[in-house]
Amino acid sequence: MITLTINNTQVEVPEGTTILEAAKKIGVEIPTLCHHEDLCVAGNCRVCVVEIKGRPRLEASCATPAENGMEVFTHSAKVRNARNVITQLLLSEHAEECTLCYKNGNCELQNLAEEYYHDDEMFIDLAHEKEHHIDKSTALRYDPSKCIRCQRCVRTCAEIQGVNALSAAFKGKDMMITTFMEKTFGEVVCTNCGQCVVHCPTGALTERTYYDEIWEAIEDPDKHVVVNTAPSVRVALGEPFGLEPGTIVTGQMAAALRRLGFDSVLDTDFAADLTIIEEGNEFIQRLKKKFVDGEDVALPMITSCSPGWVKFIEHMYPDLLDHLSSCKSPQQMFGALAKTYYAEKKGIDPEKIVSVSIMPCTAKKFEANRPEMKSSGYQDIDAGLTTRELAKMIKQAGIDLTKLPEEDFDSIMGESSGAGVIFGATGGVMEAALRTVYEIITGREVPFRHLDIQPVRGLDGVKEATIKFENCKPEYSFLEGAEVKVAVAHGLRNARKIMDQIKEGKSPYLFVEIMACPGGCIGGGGQPIPTNDEIRMKRIEAIYREDAGKPIRKSHENPEIKQVYEEFLKEPLGEKSHKLLHTHYSKRNRY
Amino acid sequence: MASQVKRADIIFAPYSEYPYKILGEALKKSPDDIIDALIKSGLRGRGGAGFPTGLKWKFAKKAQGDEKYVVCNADEGEPGTFKDRDILVKVPRKMLSGMGICAHVTGATKGFIYLRAEYDYLKDALQKEIDFFHQHCEKYGLDFHVEIKSGAGAYVVGEETALLNSAEGKRGEPRNKPPFPVTEGFLNKPTVVNNVETFVNAMMVCRIGAEEFAKYGMRGQKGSKLFSIAGDTPKPGVYELELGLTVEELVNEFGDGNTKAVQVGGVSGFCVPSAKFKEKTIGFPGKDDVNYIPTGGSIMLFNHTRSMYHVLENYLEFFEEESCGQCTPCRVGTQQLLKGIKAIKKGKKDPAYLDTLYKLAETMKITSKCGLGQSVANSFCSIVDEFKEEIIY
Amino acid sequence: MPDTTKLIENLVEKYGKKRESLLPILKGIIEEERYLSEDRMLEVAKALDISGAEVYGTASFYSFLDLKPRGKHIIRVCKTIVCDMKGKNEVLKTIKDCLGINVGETTSDGTFTLLQTNCIGQCDHAPAMLIDGEVYNELNAEKVRNIIKEYKLNRQN
Ligand SMILES: Cc1cc2nc3c(=O)[nH]c(=O)nc-3n(C[C@H](O)[C@H](O)[C@H](O)COP(=O)(O)O)c2cc1C
Ligand code: SF4
Ligand code: SF4
Ligand code: SF4
Ligand code: SF4
Ligand code: FES
Repeated sequence: MITLTINNTQVEVPEGTTILEAAKKIGVEIPTLCHHEDLCVAGNCRVCVVEIKGRPRLEASCATPAENGMEVFTHSAKVRNARNVITQLLLSEHAEECTLCYKNGNCELQNLAEEYYHDDEMFIDLAHEKEHHIDKSTALRYDPSKCIRCQRCVRTCAEIQGVNALSAAFKGKDMMITTFMEKTFGEVVCTNCGQCVVHCPTGALTERTYYDEIWEAIEDPDKHVVVNTAPSVRVALGEPFGLEPGTIVTGQMAAALRRLGFDSVLDTDFAADLTIIEEGNEFIQRLKKKFVDGEDVALPMITSCSPGWVKFIEHMYPDLLDHLSSCKSPQQMFGALAKTYYAEKKGIDPEKIVSVSIMPCTAKKFEANRPEMKSSGYQDIDAGLTTRELAKMIKQAGIDLTKLPEEDFDSIMGESSGAGVIFGATGGVMEAALRTVYEIITGREVPFRHLDIQPVRGLDGVKEATIKFENCKPEYSFLEGAEVKVAVAHGLRNARKIMDQIKEGKSPYLFVEIMACPGGCIGGGGQPIPTNDEIRMKRIEAIYREDAGKPIRKSHENPEIKQVYEEFLKEPLGEKSHKLLHTHYSKRNRY
Repeated sequence: MASQVKRADIIFAPYSEYPYKILGEALKKSPDDIIDALIKSGLRGRGGAGFPTGLKWKFAKKAQGDEKYVVCNADEGEPGTFKDRDILVKVPRKMLSGMGICAHVTGATKGFIYLRAEYDYLKDALQKEIDFFHQHCEKYGLDFHVEIKSGAGAYVVGEETALLNSAEGKRGEPRNKPPFPVTEGFLNKPTVVNNVETFVNAMMVCRIGAEEFAKYGMRGQKGSKLFSIAGDTPKPGVYELELGLTVEELVNEFGDGNTKAVQVGGVSGFCVPSAKFKEKTIGFPGKDDVNYIPTGGSIMLFNHTRSMYHVLENYLEFFEEESCGQCTPCRVGTQQLLKGIKAIKKGKKDPAYLDTLYKLAETMKITSKCGLGQSVANSFCSIVDEFKEEIIY
Repeated sequence: MPDTTKLIENLVEKYGKKRESLLPILKGIIEEERYLSEDRMLEVAKALDISGAEVYGTASFYSFLDLKPRGKHIIRVCKTIVCDMKGKNEVLKTIKDCLGINVGETTSDGTFTLLQTNCIGQCDHAPAMLIDGEVYNELNAEKVRNIIKEYKLNRQN
């Protein structure tokens, strides 16, 4: 242990603790910009500088380890003066247009400027003399004039995602953050996961917003606007309204959507249950083909509901695309059914249906716009909004989410099981699938207490579990005694570990779940900012609470799922399913 | 008038003794003895920062690592510096044997010379010398392999951690310190980074002994030093002089009779006006000793025909291009200083704005991440202090 | 035109398939082709199994790794203080007159590109310049004209 004083208060911390962390421990908040608890230390913005007795220079508290006997001053005159100058420098380089900025009100630079308010520009404006090109791709928007070069996005894309689509380029006054050859995000290896967006302290990197288009559709009397909301949205939407992370607002959310004027408020969780039926059956079919028919099928089968992950494998492991389940993501299954089954049942011309999804994700925007996602004959999903965009719409409508009554989803396609809900957390798809697959094969419930498959839960980067099939039904006797190893990875850098094993032919797994974002969808690129491990854990706990509280916990028991097969799809992996619920993938360039 | 500067002739002294003979003898000594001798000699790094060389080697020797590296910093990018160039051309064997001794002391088995791109023309000859050096390593049973790593045009890469990043094939951005290279350097292995001249000096300490080495130097400074002398002087070139001389002595020897100011230590050093020639001594400062100016060896003389505004503008253009750009005070600060003095000159900003800029420079000094941003204030403030009128009007 | 895929293969062979080889490989390409084209950078990324952005970000950091097409001979005139004091402007003007190009431009026949650079360590022989890595110092107008003439002649041979 190390003892030091910070602002004359003694504090004891383990060796290796930074001054920043030590200060936090005694309730001293040092401002930061380039620091993020998910990422390695950069120490480049310099706003966190502090004074250390006996040292002539100030030191970056995020990058300086605490030492025994150190006397630190975090807000002395020397520090405040320096921080003021640094803030003014950042602002001089920054196109301050807060009133025109998507991050207005949730911006770390703005907070700093507020703290170090200065009544006049201290320095010469550098921002407006350069020409800035705003990159608006399908999913993301990058405005370099708002970039403070903290490199959080660069570190995110490298350390968390292992994609390296971004880099600092040039040096000195020309230093900038950009992609290969300054191309648009749409032209490079970017997966659209939006993790860089979640980690960007300013308005430089944001999602491409579509709510204006949605308002227009809502207000168009000829349009029937259906909305579906992903499982992880309901455990995070409260945050922009000041609620604690992990507060469940499912009912208030449904009420808010109705008040915004959506014609039908439905649930992506329904489609998640459907995904489990299709994907579970696909898995069993692959096992059968492999072990009974001796066919050469790709195993492990890997989940395909995370569009960031799908784009990643298309770029990075194009030769392993066979491993991806052919199932569409819940969003796209929902979309395909909305303009067919739903339209039929409700007697609405599908041409007039606008289907909108509320997602924790930026990659869903890209997915919705994939050219192959038109199996209903129309664009299956017209727009994907992020949790943040929905919060914005609710605020625009003058609605206080916290004061709303809890309401239910509409029917049909509004009912879901607990298995659909847990799609939102890493490991959830695997758990949901196993609940159903085990039961199909053995006729019994999966042998875990309260159906909770603990080994696949939590924030470990790669998780494993083994399920033994015993007393199988006769038609699955080929699985009798089989120990099926499964794995779960989240964050694309962890995905690489699994994929490299497969590439080398050394994978011990038969079924793998991969989510692009750390923590799964609850930590998605479209979720409220900030997101860090503490907040991820709270959202995850909420997801499992929601599951535990559901009367139905297994996808195949969802009555609306039974109904859709009876009335429309007929059977899993059937002809209609293949047309509407399954897809194919394309090889993409690796660099 | 008799010359007041004391010439020394250690570094370029002809190869009367084969440098590799000294290497061979040093290899028989224990690493600790060599470290003690280096500490006793008072040798401090010749790259500019002046860290005691013996201590650096000691830390690297102590550091745990399955592999260690010895790196020779031949990036020599400081404007007005060209003395390492002459070492590389004239006495490369002394430098290489210094590296060999360092390998022996620290237990390193690999090393490289980071050669700036501007010196690519020296590469072939240097490689031949390295091959020759390797023959001697083999002969003496020293397991040490040296290669050349070429730069590609970036001043900041002379900063040791930026150099390591660059050698790893990355952008030459300086790293946070700690950890220092002696514990986590090239590829995170313990690494000694020394200037070209430092290696020569370390080798000379082994040859003539710590006491003899420490006899060189005046006014408490130890050893001799190479100076790159340029600008308004009738005899520009590389000179080996004993440390501890005053600027006045230097100007008497090298000035053109009309010297207005001397820039000591390159653009990241200090500008000394004629009124202070007497009081400023060239060497490493002790605690709070403002009258000593350390230098990597760059001395630029300006005579009265020169505009100090123009000089400062040139410096700042250099900095805003050569900053790595990663940290705020340096990336934005250098641009603001340059834009600021231009605006004042053009009358677009009030002369009082110079005070704001001065404050900015002082903030850069205490908040920048590496020595580049930290030292912009040295020249900025020293020029503004003395030549305010020239800057404003 | 050298076989460029071969070129990169050879460079990777020579320096090794590791990140540390990035700069020497890029310099090797520059030696052959004078600049790094988009295709070359992608090939290098592929060869070293790193991303295009990493290659671009690294290459753009270094002023000798040109990202724009350059002439056969690249002239870099030192513009830092001592050369500036000692007549850099005259050197520049002479080259501009001889070649009819400004700084940053390439002659229409693709022979010369004129650039400025920071201190090249020749201050004791200022003003100085580099042509393709070769040092020319103690320059004056006449000397510059002769050097350029020499290069032009050599080209015709
Ligand atoms: C911006 C900057 C540029 C530097 N350039 C050089 C250089 O060109 N050569 C050099 O030896 N040291 C240079 N240094 C100092 C090195 O960081 C380091 O201190 C030195 O190589 C250590 O060697 P020494 O102890 O032998 O001096 C530079 C430092 C900074 C901050
Ligand atoms: S990024 Fe922040 S400071 Fe900049 S305009 Fe947007 S809200 Fe304002
Ligand atoms: S969206 Fe994801 S993959 Fe694309 S740049 Fe951002 S972090 Fe990287
Ligand atoms: S885009 Fe955002 S995260 Fe990336 S460097 Fe700029 S401000 Fe930082
Ligand atoms: S001080 Fe300048 S050169 Fe050093 S790290 Fe900061 S920006 Fe880079
Ligand atoms: S938060 Fe410490 S330097 Fe940026």
